[in-house]
Amino acid sequence: MIKRLATCTTALALIAGAPTLALADIDVKLGVLNDRSGVYADIAGEGSVIAARMAVEDFDAAGKGLNVEVISADHQNKPDVGSNIVRQWLDQEGVTAIVDVPTSSVALAVAQIVADANKIFLASGPGSTALTREQCAPTTIHWTYDTAALANGTGKAVTDAGGKKWFFLTADYAFGHSLEENTTKVVEANGGEVVGSVNVPFPATDFSSFLLQAQGSGADVIGLANAGGDTINAIKQAAEFGVTQAGQKLAGLLIFINDVHALGPQTAQGLQLTSAFYWDTDDATRAWTERFEKERGAKPSMITAGVYSSVLHYLAAVEATGSTDGDKVAAWMKANPFEDALLGKGYVRGDGRGIHDMYLYEVKSPDESTGEWDLFKKISTIPGEEAFLPMLPECDFTKS
Amino acid sequence: MALTENQGDERIHVPPSAGMPVLHKVIFLVLLAFLMVLPFMVYPVFAMKVMCFALFAAAFNLLLGFGGLLSFGHAAFFGTASYVAAHAAKVWGLTPELAVLAGTGAAALLGLAIGALAVRRQGIYFAMVTLAFAQMVYFFALQTEFTGGEDGIQSVPRGDLFGLISLQDNIALYFFVLAVTFGGVLFLYRITHSPFGQVLKAIRENEARAISLGYNVNRYKLLVFVLSATFAGLAGATKSQVFQLASLTDVHWSMSGEVVLMTLLGGMGTIFGPLVGAAVIVTMQNYLATFGAWVTVIQGVIFVLSVLLFREGIVGVISRRFKRPL
Repeated sequence: MIKRLATCTTALALIAGAPTLALADIDVKLGVLNDRSGVYADIAGEGSVIAARMAVEDFDAAGKGLNVEVISADHQNKPDVGSNIVRQWLDQEGVTAIVDVPTSSVALAVAQIVADANKIFLASGPGSTALTREQCAPTTIHWTYDTAALANGTGKAVTDAGGKKWFFLTADYAFGHSLEENTTKVVEANGGEVVGSVNVPFPATDFSSFLLQAQGSGADVIGLANAGGDTINAIKQAAEFGVTQAGQKLAGLLIFINDVHALGPQTAQGLQLTSAFYWDTDDATRAWTERFEKERGAKPSMITAGVYSSVLHYLAAVEATGSTDGDKVAAWMKANPFEDALLGKGYVRGDGRGIHDMYLYEVKSPDESTGEWDLFKKISTIPGEEAFLPMLPECDFTKS
Repeated sequence: MALTENQGDERIHVPPSAGMPVLHKVIFLVLLAFLMVLPFMVYPVFAMKVMCFALFAAAFNLLLGFGGLLSFGHAAFFGTASYVAAHAAKVWGLTPELAVLAGTGAAALLGLAIGALAVRRQGIYFAMVTLAFAQMVYFFALQTEFTGGEDGIQSVPRGDLFGLISLQDNIALYFFVLAVTFGGVLFLYRITHSPFGQVLKAIRENEARAISLGYNVNRYKLLVFVLSATFAGLAGATKSQVFQLASLTDVHWSMSGEVVLMTLLGGMGTIFGPLVGAAVIVTMQNYLATFGAWVTVIQGVIFVLSVLLFREGIVGVISRRFKRPL
């Protein structure tokens, strides 16, 4: 209570006396909420916490009058656990921004709570497009990627590159179907056709009969409209069946570098995928990755990079507005473009969708790969405007 | 022969005519007083979660502890009720109490359908049948439109109780949840200490004998199954109002496992055991969340220890020590 009172008076003091801005410290508390024990612990987990801390360091928060603290918790991929933690953080511990939150069901729950509390949600981990569409909220900043961008990116680029005939292996639930539907639209819009698809029960371990159907379909490309363990299993078994050696391409619609690392280039070679970030892009990303790897012991995923990038932009907004008020900070973040070492240049749209370039990568073959993490080669750049879905007018919060 | 039948179970032997023993009255009153001040000491949403799971575990205990039926599919009732209540509040715009009733009713109907088939089998077969049905419910929840697939139903409005009292405030909601769950637990207590409860115990101890006495055993089993499903549903429906969401977690088989764990840890067949078990497990999940992967490890270790060292559960051990049914 006293703390809240203190924050209020600080805020009042700030509004009242602008010249004293630099003197009064602003308390900022970042709550990194993600999966630290389950399937997403590798792509997010502790890595996101480290990335958030590095952002605070690189921003020189202390030198700029921001008193920043980073805390973290495991939502165990359960929406009720996640929402409980977030409520407690916002109501009692003075957290000013929720960071990361992979797993869409948890993220959607969190987005609403954060909006009610008028704080900021820096969503780097979740993929659901609903965050900036059906369930858009003024304080949600969806930073790194979404499933539509991945499907768009991979779908368009692969079709343009000559993969005209597609066959889908679709995880048989809403997520898989929407991924297939999104990609189908893109493929058809770019002059390709879908020659068939098969619904695979979720979760699946045996893909053999589905892969045989895909092989027999005469398709150029096999689209994997699934995620996580399903994608990994499908790719492994495709390698056993010699699918890529026989001339068909695999297109992963939701896959991260850590998955590819786990599979190895022998198994995953030739797989095409879209990502917002690859560590071995230029000197800046390599230097950052080296610092990161010292603490984490692995290379960063695009989610990790997104956490770093989003926290930087958030801190800049807090510094500029002198406030942690959700609406004010969100408005600043949307009004000002960002540029950082990892995601490059970009901006945040009125609906909270972060817009930046995405890249199409292909997994290197074992001959091309020179190291354990030397996995991707860049095929093309997808400009941000093309990668993401257009904004829904009712979700443009900068208008009203 | 008839005289020896009584030996097994003096810890829950309460003459049905005696009303509530003084000890239980005192415990319930102390518990109620404690719950009245609890939201001012800990975070109310957390306390509400504990209460919902306590009711869930108590409902499960009715079936396992008093009916002797091990169901591995209770998440189906918990989750279905949670989905229906969330849908009712969000899409149909019902007030919280009606939404909770709708959810509970759905769980009762589902309990009737599953129970009617499951109670024909015993032991492991019964458990497998309930698990199979629960998996069907899970896939139904995953596939249908209204449940929102893996995103679940989100941002359920908290609404106004009876159309009058706003539940936006955590404390107001807390007392609503307290009334529902405490009432539910008292009702379960009443059931187990009724003549019906006595018959259940008779069936659990010696089914053949209960049949020979002229009881329609399957009908009793079905009734206790439906009652258990209904209260599990009440817990799930209430939970959906607290968290403003219903998700696949609620219907996943691990939820069925969790409630077994809570009941065994607290003390199967005791009155207060499931409440203690639920409180311990939920508290662990909540306060150990920062330890990440260690939560499941610690949970596993505690379960192994409880099975090895105190099989009767926390309350079961206390109850035996004081030679009083708790």
